Amino acid sequence: MKHLFRLYIQQFKTTFATMFQYRTSLVIWMIGQVLEPLVYLIVWSTVSNGNGGSVGNYTTAAFASYFIVLMLVNQFTYTWVMYDYEYRIREGMLSFALLRPVHPIHSDVADNMMSKAITLPILTVIAIGLGFAFHAGLAVTPWIVILFIPGLLLAFALRFLLEWTLAQAAFWTTRVSALNQTYFFLLLFLSGQIAPLSLLPHPIQIAAKILPFYWTIGFPTELLLGRITFAGTLEGIGIQIGWIAVSIVLVRIVWRAGIKVYSAVGQ
Amino acid sequence: MANEDKTKPYIPSSRQENSPVKNLVIHIQDLSKTYTVNEQEEGAKATIRGIFRRKKLEVPAVSDISFDLAPGEIVGFLGPNGAGKTTTLKMLSGLLYPTSGKATVLGHTPWKREKAYLQQITLVMGQRNQLVWDIPALNSFELNRVIYRIPIGDYQQILKELTELLELGTLLTKPVRNLSLGERMKCEIAAALLHRPRVVFLDEPTIGLDVTMQRRIRAFIAEYNKRFGATVLMTSHYMADVEALCKRVVVIHHGRLLFNGELALLLQKFTSHKTIIIQLGECQADLNVYGEVLSCEDGRYTLRVPKAETARITERLLADLPVVDLLVEDPPIEEVIDRVFTEWNR
Repeated sequence: MKHLFRLYIQQFKTTFATMFQYRTSLVIWMIGQVLEPLVYLIVWSTVSNGNGGSVGNYTTAAFASYFIVLMLVNQFTYTWVMYDYEYRIREGMLSFALLRPVHPIHSDVADNMMSKAITLPILTVIAIGLGFAFHAGLAVTPWIVILFIPGLLLAFALRFLLEWTLAQAAFWTTRVSALNQTYFFLLLFLSGQIAPLSLLPHPIQIAAKILPFYWTIGFPTELLLGRITFAGTLEGIGIQIGWIAVSIVLVRIVWRAGIKVYSAVGQ
Repeated sequence: MANEDKTKPYIPSSRQENSPVKNLVIHIQDLSKTYTVNEQEEGAKATIRGIFRRKKLEVPAVSDISFDLAPGEIVGFLGPNGAGKTTTLKMLSGLLYPTSGKATVLGHTPWKREKAYLQQITLVMGQRNQLVWDIPALNSFELNRVIYRIPIGDYQQILKELTELLELGTLLTKPVRNLSLGERMKCEIAAALLHRPRVVFLDEPTIGLDVTMQRRIRAFIAEYNKRFGATVLMTSHYMADVEALCKRVVVIHHGRLLFNGELALLLQKFTSHKTIIIQLGECQADLNVYGEVLSCEDGRYTLRVPKAETARITERLLADLPVVDLLVEDPPIEEVIDRVFTEWNR
């Protein structure tokens, strides 16, 4: 455990140094992270204003709060392993990772944690600015905060494990971009990124709550906005833990099978 | 060699004794690796057919090879491109599962990739990089220090030694992407050796480097081996590397073992000719009666003569001609190795 802790600290330093080598692209990337929810926010605000100030149970101000909180939650749970993996396999980076006496997943966890530590403070400032501009409101109680923290951490764990598992597809195919596209399309709809889940047709809402996507973004967002009951929150956290357990099993199975394929073919 | 049974590798009798495995660092027995690849046929029809039913093709990369390495040995692993050298090194470093056969390195089965095993080995691939591209090598070194659990005191000592031996100096603090190929290779080697591996696999460590840098890396490998008693198995296309470092070589071709023994013996076995260089006044004499004249420049003749005749011809040359200077040489090692492969192909 002590060794892992040291390893994480060292990986933090490496990620920190790497990210600061690319300050400009970091800024451009963050602009993208802000723009996407901003577009949805503007679209839904316009729809809401044209609809007499609300759509479903969302007022114009509530839409602003929703998309601004969602931006931060999405940033917290986001990972880029799915984009990275094919490159790692093709360039032989994975071989070096396999030569080391430590599981490669750790460097990805640490890498993602550090990148969030760098980008989140900046995005939080932007979020506060946007909040003022769009008259967003947030009424948090201590209970909400207490429940939101595990909800958010579990959302990150779930999304990370899920995407790390899917990234392993690169062991079997060199065309992972098609799979990535499908995944991100589903995520966009079913996680609440494009619209709050309660505004989508009932069957989609059911599908979203059965599948893991909603629990990685939409759930913690609605939780912080106080839109979920205490019982609903506990149930949600339970579902998150359940999906994490499934994902851990999946990661192990897929990793073992993937390594077998990798070491049968080699790169 | 041409008259011998080509299905069997040439292994000198001194290497044929069954050494007890416990005294060996690397023990490989009947190791094979066959890749299964999808065959792509030409033409639209074949492409459409390929969507539904792919034709699989079995490509043997390594076939039943066996050899051993004793502690502290540096062995050259030779063969033309596609001979199976990298595949073998990858199996030995745990990156590939073999199709059949056994291998034990430091008492471990490599492809089980046990932590205790990985902690003691390294693989340097001349064409691949392990260092993080955008940041100074020193950051990657620090990461390796933690990964391999190197105590800080030891790390500083090792780093000092490596910096001195490889003349790393200011290279360590520059982003890796700003280093030249040779500078990067030195840093790669240092990163791979920080944990003082007992077994070092080197796959073309000097590829693409200039002669000075090749020499420096060669000297370093020799020094590392001497200082720490590490066992080294290396591939290289530069015969100068092999000549300088390896007393013994293992030669493979088309995945099969051709030769396992002392380099000198390989040269002796495959050298049927020697080169005699003599200095005369001018290039007017016809020396074809003595041997094949390869060239003549300013009275300096280069003759190719059968090895067994060398002494007799030398004697005749000295007696018949006003020789100012005479030199008898073995053909360049590249030529010999090339001969080994072409003879085997026939």
